[in-house]
Amino acid sequence: MTSTYAVVAVLGVALGTILVGTYGLRVSRTTSDFYVASRTVSPWWNASAIGGEYLSAASFVGIAGLIFAYGPDMLWFPVGYTAGYLVLLTMVAAPLRRSGAYTLPDFAEARFRSRVVRAVASMLALMIGWLYLLPQFEGAGLTLHTVTGAPDWVGALIVAVVVTVNVMSGGMRSITFVQAFQYWLKLTAITVPIIFLIVAWQSQGAESLTKPEFPTFREDTTVTFQKDTAIHADKPIFINGSGVVDRLTIENAGHFLTSGDHRIGANSQFVFPKGATVPHVHETAHNTNESWSLPLSSNSPFPLYAAYSLIIATFLGTMGLPHVIVRFYTNPNGHAARRTTLIVLGLLSVFYLMPPMYGALGRLYVPELLMTGQTDAVVLVLPSKMIAGVGGELLGALVAGGAFAAFLSTSSGLMVSLAGVLSQDVLRLGGVRGFRMSTVLAGIVPLSMTFVSTGMPVADMVGLAFAVAASSLCPLLLLGIWSSRITTVGAVAGMLAGGLPALTAGLVTMFTDTGDAWYEVLLSRPAAWTVPLGFSVMYVVSLLTPRRVPAGVNRAMVKLHAPENLGLEAGEERT
Amino acid sequence: MQDFLTAGAILIVGGAAVLVLWRGTRNKQSLSTEAQRVTYETLHTAWSAAPPLRAGLVPDAAKKSARHLRTLLDTPALALTDETEVVAWEGVSDHHSADAMSQAEDVFLTGRTQAFDIGCAEPNCPINCAVVAPLTVEGRVVGTLAAYSREASAGLVRATNQVARWAAGQLELAELDRSRTRLVEAEVRALRAQISPHFIYNSLSAIASYVRTNPERARTLLLDFADFTRYSFRRHGDFTTLAEELKSIDQYLALERARFGERLKVTLQVAPEVLPVTVPFLCLQPLVENAVRHGMEGKVEPGHIQIHAADSGAEAEITIEDDGIGMDPEKLRRTLAGQVDESAGIGLGNIDERLRRVYGDEYGLVVETACGLGTKITVRVPKYHAGINGM
Repeated sequence: MTSTYAVVAVLGVALGTILVGTYGLRVSRTTSDFYVASRTVSPWWNASAIGGEYLSAASFVGIAGLIFAYGPDMLWFPVGYTAGYLVLLTMVAAPLRRSGAYTLPDFAEARFRSRVVRAVASMLALMIGWLYLLPQFEGAGLTLHTVTGAPDWVGALIVAVVVTVNVMSGGMRSITFVQAFQYWLKLTAITVPIIFLIVAWQSQGAESLTKPEFPTFREDTTVTFQKDTAIHADKPIFINGSGVVDRLTIENAGHFLTSGDHRIGANSQFVFPKGATVPHVHETAHNTNESWSLPLSSNSPFPLYAAYSLIIATFLGTMGLPHVIVRFYTNPNGHAARRTTLIVLGLLSVFYLMPPMYGALGRLYVPELLMTGQTDAVVLVLPSKMIAGVGGELLGALVAGGAFAAFLSTSSGLMVSLAGVLSQDVLRLGGVRGFRMSTVLAGIVPLSMTFVSTGMPVADMVGLAFAVAASSLCPLLLLGIWSSRITTVGAVAGMLAGGLPALTAGLVTMFTDTGDAWYEVLLSRPAAWTVPLGFSVMYVVSLLTPRRVPAGVNRAMVKLHAPENLGLEAGEERT
Repeated sequence: MQDFLTAGAILIVGGAAVLVLWRGTRNKQSLSTEAQRVTYETLHTAWSAAPPLRAGLVPDAAKKSARHLRTLLDTPALALTDETEVVAWEGVSDHHSADAMSQAEDVFLTGRTQAFDIGCAEPNCPINCAVVAPLTVEGRVVGTLAAYSREASAGLVRATNQVARWAAGQLELAELDRSRTRLVEAEVRALRAQISPHFIYNSLSAIASYVRTNPERARTLLLDFADFTRYSFRRHGDFTTLAEELKSIDQYLALERARFGERLKVTLQVAPEVLPVTVPFLCLQPLVENAVRHGMEGKVEPGHIQIHAADSGAEAEITIEDDGIGMDPEKLRRTLAGQVDESAGIGLGNIDERLRRVYGDEYGLVVETACGLGTKITVRVPKYHAGINGM
């Protein structure tokens, strides 16, 4: 699918980002209309900005893809991405703001008065950031491939370069208003098309989404296989075209695909007849639309474990994401931090209503993605498939532009925080030069990893970043804020005991083929065992080393928990 | 599998690069001879005892330093006292601590190191005698250091004496630290009191000129004046938020505009993200006052002042610019170095000094100026700094 409109939309978003970054919002004010107190960032603006920075590739294209392939189990992704803010709201937002910390390593240092705790927290924040950037770049590659047919690495490179240059030139540095605008842009880009699509679906007879049949091709469909794909056909199909099927080269001829497993070579192109049952990628479960719509239908060995693990990772991981935490600094006080979080919950909930609808409609209109395995593309291809002509193309362009905005804004936020961590804690180089060097380093590592990763769904990859955050930085924040017994030794031990296994598990699932091994789910959804590990190691080690409780812990607790306007520390901010 | 290895390789190379850069910022040396090792260990122990001593003779800190001092002297027990009580007892047999003050009293009287044979009824107690040395700061005995041991050898007396002298040196440094802090605080107080009589006179007469023609404006200006003076005379706190500081600047500028009218043009551009940043109290207002003075001095045409506060990653960057007469860079350098006590310079030098003391030398003022070409002052403030935001 190549669409001029979509290319224009993507380029427009990229150019717009660079322009806004370079020229900034040069709005000058004179004293007459200037009143500082009224100009602090209001919770609404700040919440929109958090939403703009937070809704990433995973939210925009990933969730729809997963729901499209695996069904309602995957609804835990949007629920968890949102509910993470509930935990943040009740347990972390206000105390974190009161601590005065700008980044997570700042919090670690402020609370534990230890350079070592800070160093470990920095390293973990760096790893989480890289793990989170990788799917953004991959998502960009996928989007550009879908709309232009360019190789996957082109989109990744474009996003990486645009973001790096932009951050280096000083643009996009957490400009609240720009990021807030991004949220509304993304919401528009995903909502407007789905309204049209639902209207189209209704006017085409409102076909049931949960028929007890396998998805079928709605028309004769030409499918191009990008890479070697193992598929499974439930019913025999007669296909027509050129390519390699089960090592047999076919040149512009018909071929009878028997029911069972087949391998289709890279760059094959076949026409599948209207009405035929869609074969599916070997790895994913095969469901009728009815069984797809039921929970725990994904045929994985331990669906309940996987669901709980996902819930734990996403509920607890949000607070450990480096680009989320820095946003809370903009709030003037703990009360505003709470209000902001509440609004974020609302904004995210509204946004996350949309992707599942794309996933469900995808089962009816673009089932061939189940066969090519490019399920993440469902949001992108659905509009032009459902609505013929310019209208569909324009909607497709809107979605593609929105997706690109998602990659750019999330990557910018991450890149700024990572560059901050790198320049402060690793390179120890202050000033503009240190920040620029750090930005390049922050971008290069995930970019080079995109060349080797295995096309795992982007939402799954983001889920792994959440798992690492939930196992390492979440215990640090929760126990650090709510227990006065945590010692420096305990903090370091807990972060490493939770973070390292989760990180290893994540890398193994991303870059190896664990196949159907029984432990596969333990590696691809590690949070259910690494999070309790992190928490308990941190607590137990702390109890074993009572002499290492940081000095002044009681004063720190007062500062974290006492409302600012009690005036408990009037005149001694420097304590 | 190959993909995994490649990815692993990239991560390892990336990690290694980070590590190399990290290690590059440190250097380690191995110790070769015995003398070097002994010197290293002694000085290292002494160095560990120094920071708590710098806090003075207070129980928490004294306890920490006593641990290291006992390591230095290698005795079963060691005590630190101030003029009235035992502030730290480190080591075994703390039933002797009750008598420590009676021995210390002799030392307070004589000001010399003395050995006491104290004996002990308990069979397992390793303490038989005490060597008590005075801690003399600026010629006055402020406390004692007592080493307890089985016997008072001449070596122990000499060693205790030396350690006490070293510890007294640290206490003296602590005193120096305190007086330096007091000096800077005094300067801040001077800054607060520095609201110039001219400014008050000018503001009040400007307000007076509006009382009849524009009473509403006069009222607003009076309130601005009240708020501005209240903020500047504030008694508590060395730190404030950028929002508060900018608000006070806003009020100050309102008053100046009442006086200069159309001649004073001000552009403010403030990124809302940096408003919650903690900054030293009165670190910007004097700079703006300087800018107004320099921007308007000896000119008939309008003067333009620009104030920008921008977000820059982990820092906030504030620039204050005027298009006035500028300063002589050489003179400015001397002012900042504290050599010339010029009226225009006291604000600049004091702010520069305070910023450096709080955030470190790389956060001093940056002034770009030349005679007749205006002045641009840049202040950078980290959003988080362990010294201020730390708990």
